[in-house]
Amino acid sequence: MFAFILRRLAQAAIVMLSVAFIAFMLFQYVGDPVSSLLGQDATQEQRESLRQDLGLDQPFPVQFAKFVGNAVQGEFGLSLRQGRKVSTLIAERFPATLELSLAAAVIALVVGVPLGVYAALRRGRFGSQLVMTLSLLGVSLPTFLIGILLILLFSVTLKWLPSFGRGDVVTLGGWTTGLLTVDGWKHLVLPAVTLSVFQLALILRLVRAEMLEVLRTDYVKFARARGLPDRAVYFGHALKNTLVPVITITGLQLGSLIAFAIITETVFQWPGMGFLFIQAVQFADVPVMAAYLCLIALIFVIVNLVVDLLYFAVDPRLRIENPAGGH
Amino acid sequence: MTPAPSVTSTAAPSAIARFLDSDIWFSFKSSPMAIVAAVIAALCLFCSLFAPWVSPHNPFDLASLNLSDARLPPAWLEGGSSKYLLGTDDQGRDLLSALFYGARISLLVGLASVAVSLVVGVGLGLLSGFVGGKTDAFIMRVCDVMLSFPSILVALLIDGVGRAIFPQADERLAFGVLIVAISLSGWVQYARTVRGSTLVERNKEYVQAARVVGVAPLRIMFKHVLPNVMGPVLVLATIQVAAAILTEATLSFLGVGVPPTSPSLGTLIRVGNDFLFSGEWWITVFPGLMLVLIALSVNLLGDWLRDALNPRLR
Amino acid sequence: MTALLEVRNLRVEFPSRRGTLLALDDISFSIQAGEILGVVGESGAGKSLTGAAIIGLLEPPGRIAGGQILLQGQRIDNLPYEQMRAIRGRRIGAIFQDPLTSLNPLYTVGRQLVETIQTHLKVGAEEARQRALKLLQETGIPAPEARLDQYPHQFSGGMRQRVVIALALAAEPQLIVADEPTTALDVSIQAQIIRLLRGLCKDHGAAMMLVTHDMGVIAETCDQVAVLYAGRVVEIGPVSDVIHSPSHPYTRGLMGSIPAMDEDREELLQIDGAMPRLNAIPAGCAFNPRCPQVLPRCTQQRPELMPAGATRAACWLVPQSAQTPV
Repeated sequence: MFAFILRRLAQAAIVMLSVAFIAFMLFQYVGDPVSSLLGQDATQEQRESLRQDLGLDQPFPVQFAKFVGNAVQGEFGLSLRQGRKVSTLIAERFPATLELSLAAAVIALVVGVPLGVYAALRRGRFGSQLVMTLSLLGVSLPTFLIGILLILLFSVTLKWLPSFGRGDVVTLGGWTTGLLTVDGWKHLVLPAVTLSVFQLALILRLVRAEMLEVLRTDYVKFARARGLPDRAVYFGHALKNTLVPVITITGLQLGSLIAFAIITETVFQWPGMGFLFIQAVQFADVPVMAAYLCLIALIFVIVNLVVDLLYFAVDPRLRIENPAGGH
Repeated sequence: MTPAPSVTSTAAPSAIARFLDSDIWFSFKSSPMAIVAAVIAALCLFCSLFAPWVSPHNPFDLASLNLSDARLPPAWLEGGSSKYLLGTDDQGRDLLSALFYGARISLLVGLASVAVSLVVGVGLGLLSGFVGGKTDAFIMRVCDVMLSFPSILVALLIDGVGRAIFPQADERLAFGVLIVAISLSGWVQYARTVRGSTLVERNKEYVQAARVVGVAPLRIMFKHVLPNVMGPVLVLATIQVAAAILTEATLSFLGVGVPPTSPSLGTLIRVGNDFLFSGEWWITVFPGLMLVLIALSVNLLGDWLRDALNPRLR
Repeated sequence: MTALLEVRNLRVEFPSRRGTLLALDDISFSIQAGEILGVVGESGAGKSLTGAAIIGLLEPPGRIAGGQILLQGQRIDNLPYEQMRAIRGRRIGAIFQDPLTSLNPLYTVGRQLVETIQTHLKVGAEEARQRALKLLQETGIPAPEARLDQYPHQFSGGMRQRVVIALALAAEPQLIVADEPTTALDVSIQAQIIRLLRGLCKDHGAAMMLVTHDMGVIAETCDQVAVLYAGRVVEIGPVSDVIHSPSHPYTRGLMGSIPAMDEDREELLQIDGAMPRLNAIPAGCAFNPRCPQVLPRCTQQRPELMPAGATRAACWLVPQSAQTPV
């Protein structure tokens, strides 16, 4: 198992380096940082001196190494659009995105898994078909449209919930949280639901498909043949085996939730990293794009690692290296 | 003594007759959802492709726009007129026509992206599975890295980079970048699926026989292996069309998709978003509905196709 | 004496798109307490379906369309689900073909055993564990204490099947339905497992319905044997009689096609043709197109099981004189 962890860490390092490379290439070749910092009317001298200051006259590998060194410390320079440090900007916005993503993840899991199990067990009945049709709707509706429709219904027509911003937040150390105020919760509801819909539908369909597969296996047949009660067969045997592959996919989905938050944050003007990223793309603000990219890659890699470890904990076939012999 | 068999001439049934007798057609006929979905998809496709002929107005002919007709509600509400069945937007454009033209753009971008994804993905998958070795390992690593990024992010990145590199791009280039962005975020699925199937087929006897006889590898790949792996690819492609259309809509909504001169459904929704709070909901809702209809019917077809092609569920 | 299991005129059909397929057509046999009945036939003859119908686990859309199944004189084919569930495992145990897939990979063997025991017998956890240990010992698994806490993938194929047998015997059923229990095992292990099964059945006084396509297994293990063809019983009787003096041409063909160690033969005998598909069963006797001794009557009228010496065969060739009133 130790070897396994080492291998995964090595893979993670490769992924991070490739991402860093892409981010670095963005810096180098997309737009001219010197022009964007100095403007069009700078003299040749000014350009040269800035070039030297920024270290742009060094050979390529040196620049890359410096970039990686900086990146590891979280140093990405200044935002082209706002002139402030990128790391500060991201740090400010991170809590908002994280809270939103976690809330959406919880909703997707808590609603998706039971509904998926239900749809598998009651296959063919009306309730199950209804659930499946709704889930199909869930993956056919783009996230932004869900957000808009929810705003239309709950903010414009019913006037129950607010439609933009985070509401009242409480600052704890370096973290700002909206979870400690009622207003914060009210602002969280619509965006979290919007963000969760796609993931929920996906998880639901995945759980159902897996469960149907498991229900056809020989060990479930054998369990029934031994006279085990339905509860034990479905929830003891079938469910546990269903959840094992679901863990991996769900883990990966959670990682992509943070990226999908880009859209939700835009629709609801939620002050998170995603909103920042969109503005960066619209403005071609390369330092912010690069920093966001690296951070997302890091989050993904960490989530993947955690999921792999979880897999180890749940599936005994992976744990023990040597199957015993004997007849 | 057995009687002599009667001589009747029976020609082999034609391809059409075989199709009509096949399991696929049967499961299609007996699935009302599939039929409804196919009809809706066909309708949308028709209206979109023939938008200039089907639409009552041309919403992009600036000369025909009448600003005094702006922000009219749909015909069945108070203040609406039968001239503009679904109302107008802030520029006086007929929403129904804008829907058809917009759907056309959305569909074209979606289909083009999937076509590119398909070619790239299937090609790389075939190569990877057939050749094996270091090529295979490399391509798979690339797939792994790309898979760890959600498609929307990849699309956004490529789009953003494209914009930065070509700030004064003309329309065709902008479309090109968009299509590349969406297709690059989707090819990995094809590659993996095809690679998996290729690996299975590669070890089968008919491939080995062809190799022994000396048939060129490329020919083996395309003529023998490819037809056998197309089934799951077809299902994937159908579902990806819906995903591509939604991705394009999202990008356009965010303002980084199609150029503003050729608005797609996403752009229309974005425009309408500004008028939600002033009560002119139709400018957003109708394009949204059209988008959902298209995506939903394509997804339903993909779902049905997957179940129909899965021999174990029959 | 009432038979332990009695199957009367069982019919199983599969409604399908192209009409209803009759997979089991008027199957009848009985098993006495402690007896071992072999059910033999080619793939697709309906052997496994018979077993599935008996334990009430026919996969939909298959369903019992006629006939009766009686356990100790009580009908069990029409019981509601819960009552049938109480019978499964407790009075009828089942063993399936592939030990690799029969065990849940995520649970220890001990847990699966204890769960089965506690479902049917009202015992506490500690006693259940003791019983599980005893079962593992009985099925010949060495170091059972350690094995209880191991996972299925840590056992070899033969050992896994022993665990499966232990699980089937856990609630001490009176009848075991064994569906090709050795087909998926190495040949060297097959003999061991068969001997184990037979020994355990005798020890526990359980009857067994052994489904297989291997006549050698039948010869070694069973008391009676039923030969199935195209969903019908073509011959049934004591093992040695069916093997050494079969009456039905199909059975004769089967026995003739087994190479014998003590004979010098130049050719392998085979029966021409193949078993008909379910949607193309000939009228009259199902075997008539392949039968070397076919009579005109065979293509028109389906023969019932008739006494033929020591066995009963469904064949018009059986001479009237050999038939003794039942």
